[in-house]
Amino acid sequence: MAEISRELLLHVAELARLELREDELARLEVQLNDILAAVSKVAELDLTDVPATSHPLDVVNVWDEDEPRPCLSVEDALRNAPERDGDYFKVPPGGSS
Amino acid sequence: MIDTLRLTAEGAKGLLDRKEVSGPELFAAYLEAIGERDPELHCYLHVCEDSGGDGIPIALKDVIGTKGIPTTAGSRILEGYVPVYDSTVAAHCKQHGLRVLGKTNTDEFAMGSSTENSAYGPSHNPWDPTRVPGGSGGGSAAAVSAGLAPWALGSDTGGSIKQPSALCGNVGLRPTYGTVSRYGIVAFASSLDQVGPVAKNVRDCAYLYSIIAGRDACDTTTVESPKVVMPEGEDLKGVRVGIPRELNEHEAIEPGVRRAVEDAIELCRRLGAEVGECSLPRSVDFGLPCYYLIAPAEASSNLARYDGVRYGYRSPHSGDRLAMYENTRDEGFGDEPKRRILVGTYALSAGYYDAYYGQAQKVRTVIAREHAEAFERFDVLVTPTSPSVAFELGGRTADPLAMYASDLLTIPSCMAGLPGLNVPCGLSEGLPVGLQLIGPQFSENMLFRVGHALEQAIGFDVVPERLR
Repeated sequence: MAEISRELLLHVAELARLELREDELARLEVQLNDILAAVSKVAELDLTDVPATSHPLDVVNVWDEDEPRPCLSVEDALRNAPERDGDYFKVPPGGSS
Repeated sequence: MIDTLRLTAEGAKGLLDRKEVSGPELFAAYLEAIGERDPELHCYLHVCEDSGGDGIPIALKDVIGTKGIPTTAGSRILEGYVPVYDSTVAAHCKQHGLRVLGKTNTDEFAMGSSTENSAYGPSHNPWDPTRVPGGSGGGSAAAVSAGLAPWALGSDTGGSIKQPSALCGNVGLRPTYGTVSRYGIVAFASSLDQVGPVAKNVRDCAYLYSIIAGRDACDTTTVESPKVVMPEGEDLKGVRVGIPRELNEHEAIEPGVRRAVEDAIELCRRLGAEVGECSLPRSVDFGLPCYYLIAPAEASSNLARYDGVRYGYRSPHSGDRLAMYENTRDEGFGDEPKRRILVGTYALSAGYYDAYYGQAQKVRTVIAREHAEAFERFDVLVTPTSPSVAFELGGRTADPLAMYASDLLTIPSCMAGLPGLNVPCGLSEGLPVGLQLIGPQFSENMLFRVGHALEQAIGFDVVPERLR
């Protein structure tokens, strides 16, 4: 199985939107490689013909009537906002992503 | 005088029904116990002075959303967050008059086996405060054992109800996947998360389960479940008890734990059960690796919502929006959520998906099939819940893999969506040992029956020795 290099770790952290500090990178690089070595055990089994389980119950899709119902007020929806501007969530201007 | 250390929820209900105590008196007795013992044990992240209702008090794990009551999931990123709606289980509790005492400590986002990953500091085991109460729901389990709540709700992804109940010496149920709504619960791994009760005995556990179970239109993964039958019988005649070899003979199981569980198995025989051996050859060796791919993968997706925009923490270091996201998440999450987000993101990323996440989902099928095969011959499986008794605070924090192994025996059945009940079965080194009963999906009534009969026969005293 692949090792996680510093470069790959930085790439994954970027995908996960985590700005890791230098001390965290050093610690996590070691820990993540240990964890991946342990979980890579799943590769030992030949499961070519085994179907995947995504959900433990055999359930069918559930449809709901498309009817308007009471929902959160604008005030409640914004109550926990770190920053607001009138009836909007306020965020800093966009950076490159 | 109300003895909160011994009072069960059923006992409390009797006192209220007969008007021997009032709701406010009962609530005050628990607040007094909390004031007395919680400074040492740190079970609660938030205590309610008055939360409405006049019935039996209850404690809720802090991943359970409660309108108007702070809900942090043990994370800095949710510090100060006050839900504007109730989770369905909290609403059910209110409808039954249950009165919320407070929100209990948990590993951050329910990720951990000791509560040491809580951003607000660990809880302590009431049997020995130098030891962990287990996790992630250590706050709920310790609160029930220390008489700081008659019962509580927890949540279980890979053992977070059963393992703390084992380490604290009380009864905890992880219900069948889909029987209890997760609407309004802080999500960790959605194909595994279940809410369930923690109590002093099996009857209380069954009663609380009957209050929270049922289909919920707000959670489309829920299904109707069989009506709860309160357990009364004291024998196990006709019950087929299976002993999965790999979960009872694993080298990680401490000798004292193994002895206590063997004694309980012998008791099953004496109570009339037919006891036989069975095998789950791949569920133990591959359960842990399977879980530690699937749970982090789902966590990385669920935790993407914490972005500093709509609620929760926002970093002051926010030049532009991207920097705001990345700094908010780095500063708001602790180490364990970061590890899981990174493992999960990696396991789901292009080029690695089939080898990790896809393969783990196939292993999950293998584990489910092995259990289904065992249940062709047996009604219930018996194993230790935790390989060890409560361990020392700090003992496993430096090594994530050692901490992960705490859930070795609880994880396999969780992967298959099966219910599991922890029942205390004795002491080892003066600390509680828990027995895990596993049944097929929707077999809660069988678990209650077996658990209740064993509980009566074992006669375990749930009050920690040092508090008697």
